[in-house]
Amino acid sequence: MSKIHVTTSINGDPTEYLCDPEETLLDVLRDRLGMTGSKEGCGTGDCGACSVTMDGRLVCSCLVLGAEADGARIDTIEGMAEGDKLHPLQRKFIEHAALQCGICTPGILVAAKSLLERNPDPTEEEARYWLAGNLCRCTGYDKIIRAVLDTAAEMREAS
Amino acid sequence: MALDSKQQLDTLDFKVVGTRPLRPDGIDKVTGRARFGADITAPGMLVGLVLRSPHAHARIKSIDTSAAQAIDGVHAVVTSADFEKITDDDFTADILDNCMAGEKALYDGHAVAAVAASSGAIARRALKAIKVDYEVIDHVTDVDEAIKPGAPVLHAAGGNESVPECSSPNIMARYEFGHGDIDAGLSQADRVLERTYRTEATHQGYIEPHACLAQIGQDGQADLWCCTQGHYMVRNTCAAIMGIDQGQLRVTASEIGGGFGGKTTVFLEPVALMLAKKSSRPVKMVMSRSEVLRATGPTASSSVDIRIGMTKDGRITAAFAELRYQGGAYAGSPVEFGAMSAFAPYDLEHVKTVGWDIVTNRPKQAAYRAPGAPMAAYAVESAIDELAKGFGLDPLEVRLKNAAREGTVASYGPTYPAIGLEATLRKAKDHPHWTAPLGENQGRGVACGFWFNFGGDTCVSLNITPDGTATVSEGNPDIGGSRASMSMMAAEELGIPYEKVRTIVADTGSLGQNEVTDGSRVTFAVGLATIEAARAAKREMCKRAAMTWGIDEEAVEWKDGAAHPAGPNAGSHPPLTLAEIAATASNTGGPIAGHHEANPEGAGVSFATHMVDTEVDPDTGAVKILRYTVFQDAGKAVHPDYVEGQFQGGAVQGIGWALNEEYIYGEDGILQNAGFLDYRIPVASDLPMIDTVILEIPNPGHPYGVRGVGETSIVPPLAAIANAVSEAAGVRMTQLPMSPPKVLAATQAD
Repeated sequence: MSKIHVTTSINGDPTEYLCDPEETLLDVLRDRLGMTGSKEGCGTGDCGACSVTMDGRLVCSCLVLGAEADGARIDTIEGMAEGDKLHPLQRKFIEHAALQCGICTPGILVAAKSLLERNPDPTEEEARYWLAGNLCRCTGYDKIIRAVLDTAAEMREAS
Repeated sequence: MALDSKQQLDTLDFKVVGTRPLRPDGIDKVTGRARFGADITAPGMLVGLVLRSPHAHARIKSIDTSAAQAIDGVHAVVTSADFEKITDDDFTADILDNCMAGEKALYDGHAVAAVAASSGAIARRALKAIKVDYEVIDHVTDVDEAIKPGAPVLHAAGGNESVPECSSPNIMARYEFGHGDIDAGLSQADRVLERTYRTEATHQGYIEPHACLAQIGQDGQADLWCCTQGHYMVRNTCAAIMGIDQGQLRVTASEIGGGFGGKTTVFLEPVALMLAKKSSRPVKMVMSRSEVLRATGPTASSSVDIRIGMTKDGRITAAFAELRYQGGAYAGSPVEFGAMSAFAPYDLEHVKTVGWDIVTNRPKQAAYRAPGAPMAAYAVESAIDELAKGFGLDPLEVRLKNAAREGTVASYGPTYPAIGLEATLRKAKDHPHWTAPLGENQGRGVACGFWFNFGGDTCVSLNITPDGTATVSEGNPDIGGSRASMSMMAAEELGIPYEKVRTIVADTGSLGQNEVTDGSRVTFAVGLATIEAARAAKREMCKRAAMTWGIDEEAVEWKDGAAHPAGPNAGSHPPLTLAEIAATASNTGGPIAGHHEANPEGAGVSFATHMVDTEVDPDTGAVKILRYTVFQDAGKAVHPDYVEGQFQGGAVQGIGWALNEEYIYGEDGILQNAGFLDYRIPVASDLPMIDTVILEIPNPGHPYGVRGVGETSIVPPLAAIANAVSEAAGVRMTQLPMSPPKVLAATQAD
């Protein structure tokens, strides 16, 4: 079976790769491009650890084919900070101790950023429902939700 | 080693400990740079995959791997025939048999063969080409069914010498604890409650599947990278299985994406090493989620009979529990810990527990956070609650009346030193949560929990760098912020800023033996060793200062990050800071370091009280957690954020166990819900904030008074939630999980 040639943009970098027709975007990112920030927790779209955005839409990269990224813009955890300047969510997650083991953190940050882009002033309930697709087994979500709401407040003040 | 008296602990004036600095691995983890088990690669590596039994119980008559081996790109195929039989160590023999089935496949998902190939696609094709001739035999997955006469037998040899003759061969061991005379105690009671409680098996549910990368040379030198709670354990187990020297196998722990006890053993690692040996190539193996659920973890399911007598004023006169835990296909369910911990929170004259370790056709259980204790506490705390409410008594008052205190002889033997149970109960009683109004279909529950905590083999090296900073090398994977805690304790002791210390988790070639990250031991034992290593470095620095000043080294003291002349020499020289001493170390005797090796006793037992409000939907049986408060003794909270995190995380795992999570087996013995969609762990929208109250009753066994906090938090939730749901639903719930259909059935039957 011949491979598919894909031309895409990842975190703003023009990127080309060859992938198998059945290969997921997550496998492409991790195994072909060495971008291991997106994690595989389930491979079935249930845990959210592989969350990325595709043309601004939040997706589980394990449920997207690598071939589907052709012509699209993909944004991953690796592109969230600007150089050495962390995104406010990243900074607040560290300040609030919103991670323990950290395996779910990249996916939750990508998902939370997507939330704040759509809703800069989420209620606690809105934040909890938006992040319901991102599993965390360590924290019980308390500090994660606090970090997201605190970031939202700070970003509203700054804008 | 430890401080002489409680007074000294109470007067310690901390500068760093107790603050909330940023964790050192934070930036790596929020940017995606942190490297977890599956993130490691090696040049020329192969992909390793496992073929697993589709049967719950089957004799393996033959395995034909020739077709798989003939596929281009397949470099090695491994079965149990490749491993030397282990005859002198049942514990390791069981681990090997679990990693690669020998004569029988003992559960759905049991590994029977493995391949290493140049790509995942080729490896998957090779698995399909392996022909296994199974003779399917009867199976049993239920703990109570497994010990009935005529039940399918897993191991013909049966249990050990503790098991009475003529017992079921599926009973592997019997345990008994307690003191006094149960019948005499029960005769003094105004009411004796007898009930049976059941819990289902739950999985640790770490989000990171098991992963490793192995390579091994012809000379026997091997390297392994893996996500584990204990790379020294991985080294020792794999060396025994592979027949190589421990010193020749270097294991490096990756960042670990959760463990909760489930990564305290090996599943893939020996297989990866054997594939690497046979292929002479590095081999990487990563489990799928379905493999994780079918073949790793979970904890035991349980069936527990309780008999408790109580007077009408709330005094427990006698308490008896018989606990049956199935731990999957091999001996070693955590029933011993269950039997030890069941009544540990109470001061009882007459108490007895009997535990039965039972095997079934399920995956070999692995430790899960306070292994064995949550199920026992569920039964005991449910029964106490029912008795208290039956007499119209306040359940917190009843617990206070019976609470274990300093000097109480615990049901499992020891006499307690200073403990914090009473303090957590009083704090709970004074908390506004306790008196907040409840609405219709709502109920409030409380429960207590206990965990032993542990010390274990520990090595720490602390090096002073020439520029006056410090590095700490410890041997325990950081599972929830422990590098921050170690840096804090080193900074506290050395008198330098937290930012001037960096702690790393060293590989097995760099330190002596370190016990697994388990038993809530790391902040206690590794912290103690870090403090002692820093003290050794300080002694050396005082010596160097004495040499520089030409005074007796006994006449130098360490204060605020510097050596000061003391006693008659006080003020004779300006202090020498750590950085100044480090800068001239080369001329005063060479590099400066401190290290400490110990197996510290005195971990200090841990207690908690949990309080929860629930609402039951009468139409659907769905339970909502409205409010949750954890009260737990931390001894001394080194980094309060991460102590709170342990309290919250344990409580929420308990919520999952109580309400949703369960291993569901079909009649065919096949696991029905091997994925996160159907094995449903709590998600953010299920939960309220989890409030925490940290109590600090110093542990006299640690220089700063620290107690482990990681495990106790999962012990009370099962019962606290069951008590709350029982109140809300108006019917006593005696089986977990309290999923909507079960709650609905219970309310409708009532």
